[in-house]
Amino acid sequence: MNVELRGIHKYFGNTHANSDITLTIPAGTIQGILGENGAGKSTLMKILSGFIHADEGEIVLDDKPVLIQSPAHAIQWGVGMLHQDPLDFPPMRVIDNLLIGRAGGLFPNQAAVAREFKLLAEQFGFSIDPESYVDSLTVGERQQLEIIRLLWLGARVLILDEPTTGISAGQKEKLFATLRILAEQGKTIIFVSHKLEDVEVLCHRVAVLRQGSLVGEAKKPFDTKKLVEMMFGKEISLGARQVVEQHGCVLALNDISIEDVRLKIRNVTLEVNGGEVIGLAGMEGSGQGAFLRACAGMVHPVGGNVKVRGRDLTGKSYHVYKRNGVEFLPAARLEEGLIPGLSLTEHYVLAEKSKGLFINREYGIRQAQERIASFNIKGTPVHTVESLSGGNQQRALLSLLRDPLSLILIEHPTRGLDIESVIYIWGKLKERCRKNTAIIFMSSDLEEILQYSDRVLVFFSGKVSQPLDASTISVEQLGQLIGGKGWAS
Amino acid sequence: MRTIVKKNSRWVMIGFQIAALVLALLFTTLILVAAGAPPLEAYKNIITGSFGSFKKFSDVLVSWIPLLLVSAGLLVTFATGLWNIGVEGQITLGAIATTWALRELQDTSLPPALIILLAIVAGMAGGAFWALLAGALKTFGGVNEIFGGLGLNFVATALTIYLIFGPWKRPGVASMSGTVPFDETLHLSLFPGLRLSPWALVIAIIAIVIVYFLLQGTYFGLRLKAVGKNFRAAYRLGIPTWQHMLLSFAICGALAGVAGAVQVTAVYYRLIPSISSGYGYLGLMVAMLVNYQAIWAAPVALFFAALNIGSIQLPIVLKLDSSLSGVLQGMLVLFVLIMEGVRQRISRRS
Repeated sequence: MNVELRGIHKYFGNTHANSDITLTIPAGTIQGILGENGAGKSTLMKILSGFIHADEGEIVLDDKPVLIQSPAHAIQWGVGMLHQDPLDFPPMRVIDNLLIGRAGGLFPNQAAVAREFKLLAEQFGFSIDPESYVDSLTVGERQQLEIIRLLWLGARVLILDEPTTGISAGQKEKLFATLRILAEQGKTIIFVSHKLEDVEVLCHRVAVLRQGSLVGEAKKPFDTKKLVEMMFGKEISLGARQVVEQHGCVLALNDISIEDVRLKIRNVTLEVNGGEVIGLAGMEGSGQGAFLRACAGMVHPVGGNVKVRGRDLTGKSYHVYKRNGVEFLPAARLEEGLIPGLSLTEHYVLAEKSKGLFINREYGIRQAQERIASFNIKGTPVHTVESLSGGNQQRALLSLLRDPLSLILIEHPTRGLDIESVIYIWGKLKERCRKNTAIIFMSSDLEEILQYSDRVLVFFSGKVSQPLDASTISVEQLGQLIGGKGWAS
Repeated sequence: MRTIVKKNSRWVMIGFQIAALVLALLFTTLILVAAGAPPLEAYKNIITGSFGSFKKFSDVLVSWIPLLLVSAGLLVTFATGLWNIGVEGQITLGAIATTWALRELQDTSLPPALIILLAIVAGMAGGAFWALLAGALKTFGGVNEIFGGLGLNFVATALTIYLIFGPWKRPGVASMSGTVPFDETLHLSLFPGLRLSPWALVIAIIAIVIVYFLLQGTYFGLRLKAVGKNFRAAYRLGIPTWQHMLLSFAICGALAGVAGAVQVTAVYYRLIPSISSGYGYLGLMVAMLVNYQAIWAAPVALFFAALNIGSIQLPIVLKLDSSLSGVLQGMLVLFVLIMEGVRQRISRRS
């Protein structure tokens, strides 16, 4: 089926998630969609598969404009989407997962469905027992199940969102082979990924999104350098790099290993000095989040030890780290950082050590006024945090940091902020560095990483690079490493 | 500009609450009409039954005391974001512990006042213990406090029945009327000619005042609110979260336990099967109705108590069941919640 997207616009509040995207995908093609996190890939695919609606623009399938109202409606048109986290029903049998998606009588014909399932599975060499329970399958097998389910429902356009995350190399080979067969059969495959290598191996064509816009298209064979440039853009000047004098070791990681559901990080050794800034680069979910939390005691490493200013804090809770001068600032400001429903003043009161039983309101308000002024927050002491804009919430979060501190760990310090706020916030953070505080932060903005870090660690599927000197590495080199190229494996 | 909007919204809020009250009355009236009863007559009876005489009003206060104690406790757990449905069982355990203490101490040479005091403290401990069980189930066992509390309510009821018909049964034949009444020296003293105990009244008022200040002005109260509104952010800000949850359970349980203790020492003078009298569930309704604001708990609890007492004579005068007050209370809570939903929906649209 030929798929055409014409002039798609989508707004979330003030964010322009998709801006005038026009893309034509002929039948039988494997189309790659590349872009960093937040580039608008998922939004575009959700529009095509009926999860959300475009504010403007139209979708044309085989020269026929259609209005896709829901995912169930999309599949009737032949459009099916495979999500990054499989949207299935783990406690149910494989066969039930198939039956659920189809309207039908009171007593579905299970035997016939099982036969059809086996036939489809054999075609691609999948070996899934229709009677088994979904929670006994691996992520790769659940993906296979989902592909079969969508084909069985009549999908002629298959959208795959980051399908190679969390599956084994063998399963990836099988997946790619399957997708090639499907393309030969005339099905349209849309492959959304941030992994350059996968896209280059599999796709016939690639479209690159950046900040909500379609910035370029390319055909096989691809020029990696050009793709990286399209994904991450050209450098913007943020002023001269500042180098702060470094003193003494603040954080020492000795041979630590971290495991979570998706990935394993092995044997990282690192020493961070007071005044130093370490940037963590990598696509979302490559391990940098778990690493950051491990440095704060929020995730416990399965091996190795963590020392803060020489004190061994391995296995201790975040509160112990906090008492030792470590603070963690999460990206999810309203979920993990601030408390919706409480005012700025109440936040400052909570962050301070309590003096006596009763709260001194006037002192609290004075304190709040001071911080609001010094952090340039647009709000008053009685404003609740959720009524502030994103940038001001971020400033509020920073203003809650105690002084002095040994180590600040930050997830996406400036995500979603305008350039002025970025410069302002980093000004505040560098002030801390001059007071001998070390900072480790993760960001998907390579400019930010190169501009403000002294050293950079790159993460790719749980692998961690050696610390790279930020003053000598280029955006392009970094981009290649993030996309999984140039790793000695 | 901003203050004008705020003022407006406050009046709008009050308008919606009045609308809720009117709708609740309207709906209850419909039910009365459907049942073939004269609505105005019924309402008049409720009013005269509760405020018709000083004696009647003092009876309202007798009912107000446990309700206020329970509501005060629930304000604390609600502030922490917890649905302490188990409060009913916590009242019961308070009553059981008080009864136990009185039984143990009644034959000693201790002064009666001290025995009563110790019995009330035992009631607090009993209620707190039962609440901590629900809290521990939640924090360490991952059992939602609603389910844990509900389960413990049944256990508490079963325990009461067991004690009344087993170890604490009356000499001769055990009966549903409860254990042997305590000696008059072990009763909380009453106002002459009334069933109202000044001591109990003072305890209840102190409790709500303490809870008000706790939630309004203390570091502890603010931390409880922080935990209730955003568990993860509170933890990140350095607040020991599960400890605060358990503490808030314990405080609520202790207050519910006092309510149970009052029922034993100032109302029934013994342990009876339904000693909690539904005050726990009624307290939940009061807390919801006042939108978790301590300042409104006292008047609303008084209103609910008045409805309870006022409807007692309905069966005699109008051949209506006294559960009419429950209908009105339930309607009121439902409509207030509905109107709040409507108000939010409208304000979001505009």
